Amino acid sequence: MSSDTKHRPRRMRSSYSSLTAHGEPWVWLTGGALALAIMMITGLLAFIAFRGASTFWPVPLELVELADGGRALGEVSERERAEAATAKTAGRGSRRLVRTANFEVSGHHYQWFDDTAIVRASRPEWATVVERLEGGRFHGFPLRLLHGDEVIAVGPEETWKAFEREHPVVRRRWREAMRIDRHERGLLQRQLRAARLAVVQARLDGGPAVAGSGAVSAGQKAATAAEQEVIARVGRQSAEMDARTGRLRNENEGWGLEVETADGIKKVIPLEGIVRACQPNRLSLAGKFGVYGSRWREFVGDDPREANSAGGVFPAIWGTVAMTLIMALLVAPFGVLAALYLREYASPGAVTTAVRIAINNLAGVPSIVYGAFGLGFFCYALGGGIDELFFRASLVADNQPTFGTGGLLWASLTLALLTLPVVIVATEEALSAVPNSMREGSYACGAGKWQTIRRIVLPRALPGIMTGLILAMARGAGEVAPLMLVGVKKLALDLPIDGTFPFVHPEREFMHLAYLIYDVGFQSPNSQAAKPMVFTITFLLVTIIALLNVAAIWIRSRLKRRYVAQQF
Amino acid sequence: MNIQAETTPERGGQPEAFSAAVPADRLQAVAAGRDVPAEVHPEVREVTPVLEIDRFNLWYGGKQALHGITMPIPHNKVTALIGPSGCGKSTLLRSVNRLNDLVQSARITGDMRLNGDSIYDPRMDVIELRKRMGMVFQKPNPFPMSIYENVVYALRIDGENNRAVLDEVCELSLRGAALWDEVKDRLHESAIGLSGGQQQRLCIARAIAAEPEVLLLDEPCSALDPIATGKVEELIQELRGRYSVLIVTHNMQQASRTSDYTAFMYLGRLIEYGSTSGIFTKPILRETEAYVTGRFG
Repeated sequence: MSSDTKHRPRRMRSSYSSLTAHGEPWVWLTGGALALAIMMITGLLAFIAFRGASTFWPVPLELVELADGGRALGEVSERERAEAATAKTAGRGSRRLVRTANFEVSGHHYQWFDDTAIVRASRPEWATVVERLEGGRFHGFPLRLLHGDEVIAVGPEETWKAFEREHPVVRRRWREAMRIDRHERGLLQRQLRAARLAVVQARLDGGPAVAGSGAVSAGQKAATAAEQEVIARVGRQSAEMDARTGRLRNENEGWGLEVETADGIKKVIPLEGIVRACQPNRLSLAGKFGVYGSRWREFVGDDPREANSAGGVFPAIWGTVAMTLIMALLVAPFGVLAALYLREYASPGAVTTAVRIAINNLAGVPSIVYGAFGLGFFCYALGGGIDELFFRASLVADNQPTFGTGGLLWASLTLALLTLPVVIVATEEALSAVPNSMREGSYACGAGKWQTIRRIVLPRALPGIMTGLILAMARGAGEVAPLMLVGVKKLALDLPIDGTFPFVHPEREFMHLAYLIYDVGFQSPNSQAAKPMVFTITFLLVTIIALLNVAAIWIRSRLKRRYVAQQF
Repeated sequence: MNIQAETTPERGGQPEAFSAAVPADRLQAVAAGRDVPAEVHPEVREVTPVLEIDRFNLWYGGKQALHGITMPIPHNKVTALIGPSGCGKSTLLRSVNRLNDLVQSARITGDMRLNGDSIYDPRMDVIELRKRMGMVFQKPNPFPMSIYENVVYALRIDGENNRAVLDEVCELSLRGAALWDEVKDRLHESAIGLSGGQQQRLCIARAIAAEPEVLLLDEPCSALDPIATGKVEELIQELRGRYSVLIVTHNMQQASRTSDYTAFMYLGRLIEYGSTSGIFTKPILRETEAYVTGRFG
């Protein structure tokens, strides 16, 4: 210490330097950033969960009586303070959005009502929501239950009792008829087509010379005979089905529920067209839960109807899960092998580094580019080639590609390509985390390179590889853009696995929840009614991805316990 | 002492030990890069060697790590390699089973012979060669599998799947490594749950499972606590007479307690080689005496 500082009074540390020295602001800054991130994520999830879960809760019906004598019955779905300029009366009014339904009568699904124009709002006991197969919901009061000319019940209470008794029976018959039409008839159609294509195939097999000369080969004759046989059999079975469905339809014929709307219009709704009816103002809590559960069951287990804005999303759930799992199955071996070569066999150098950088860059390519590549390469080039080789008959006869268009297999492959960099990078990291002492120990025991990799390195790296796979699955399951090009459709009710030979149909187009969000949310004719569905589908998608990840994490933690040392 | 600076730039630690009190002229000659013949005690010339190291040189890139090492390793005896860090003990050990092949820049001249077979013969199958040796490393490295599978690993990769044979080898090896009584009830549990000392004895069991002609121990106790060290040393005592052991150690007491022969190395050269009692009680060179008594190193 020099002499001039000796006499200077000791400088007090300013509060600022003391703060930076102790790092308090940095703790706050970093902690705050984390807290903000967590808040945003949990906020988003909570919002989706709340909106998604509340969609199906039965909301009370409100009867709105207007000053001009108009009446409307519906669920209040939104309230807002109207701006003074738009309110009819001066001052600050407010208004409510009511889901009035009854589109074919009123021309609206939803209507705004100014609170100032409302004289009285009540919740009448017998107000009924009727969810129909077609035409959306119908709100009204039950009047009578009809069977042809016969009146089964009169008055709301009687009618409701009778409805609850008869409706399940009618619906059961309707479901049976639908099953026959959709499933069994579809089967027959496929058999017919297969037989027809066999004939075309036989002609193609005969070669151009035979086809040109008009001579008929033995194979062609056999195929034609087989086709005739199939046509005859399908004709017989089809007639039998007609009889069965005719009987069922006849029994359902004439059953109807007469409903009166709030403004006095009477309408008879055929019973078989009613999916569900309930009276939310009368329901007890248990009854509400019953309706709620029944709506969820329909949502998860049934096919969509009314342009996807109602009904269920079962085919989309199926498609999402199947595509994600197939993608994981495809990307795992592919990515792991590539990473193994890069890390274990390739000698480090400029080329390896360049390849590694290229792989990292692939992760940044916009996903729609992968979609375009998948369409061009997988669907058109690969699929077209397969069609030329094995499915020419379909191409010639119906001008219809089999593999040469989008499908589950091509979509899974495209997404596998998309997520490949994630898996390669994660696997490489996992491999480099395996201590060299283990490799050396194995070599010292006289193991070869592949034996060391298979018995020591891979098991030890497996949890890390699983981490990569989890990331890949999460990325792939939420991807929409490339899927639109390579096989996802607005509506595809034939699942890629079913009871018809060969049972697995990887060439079929499929539905996907993420695409459904886009479709329902932005392509639906009835966007107000579709909005809650968007939340519900999002909620479902997030839940499914979470479940897939939880399963993968569970497997990983088991592997970890088995293979990775606890440090001592 | 300007020698320090010009000789071992990257290992600044050792030359500081040259104090005026230490007789260091031979070591200085070595450090200056001059060839110094190794002092080999007469009793070494009479042994039956299991392994003969013959004018062995090794380079890592442009840097020579071993200089003309010539020494016989006696059959069924314990031979210790001592010397300060970086003197090439471990490199020599890893050259015996050609683990240095994994290092891209490594280059050798000279040869080693295992029971008369040339180790560096181009026709020698490295994998077959390594099966004739066992090696234990500085840090215990149990494989991520059960204790049982760890022990029989060498047999498994050889394609041996006969349960009876594997069971027998497993028990014999674990007994040989003095671990049987501690683990016999949990053979099929993960080896990773064992303590450090147990893991190292497991590695020894794994190394002796294939009946090796030579057992290479690379500072097997340096990562262990004194009690585990004691157990491993006891084990080496028991292995004496049944296996030919080549052990690298930093611990003078360990070398004197466990080995029959001791070789002192410095900067990649063999300085003195003789029976352990000879090296520790009446070494030929003052430098060796200085090192084993702890006056430098």
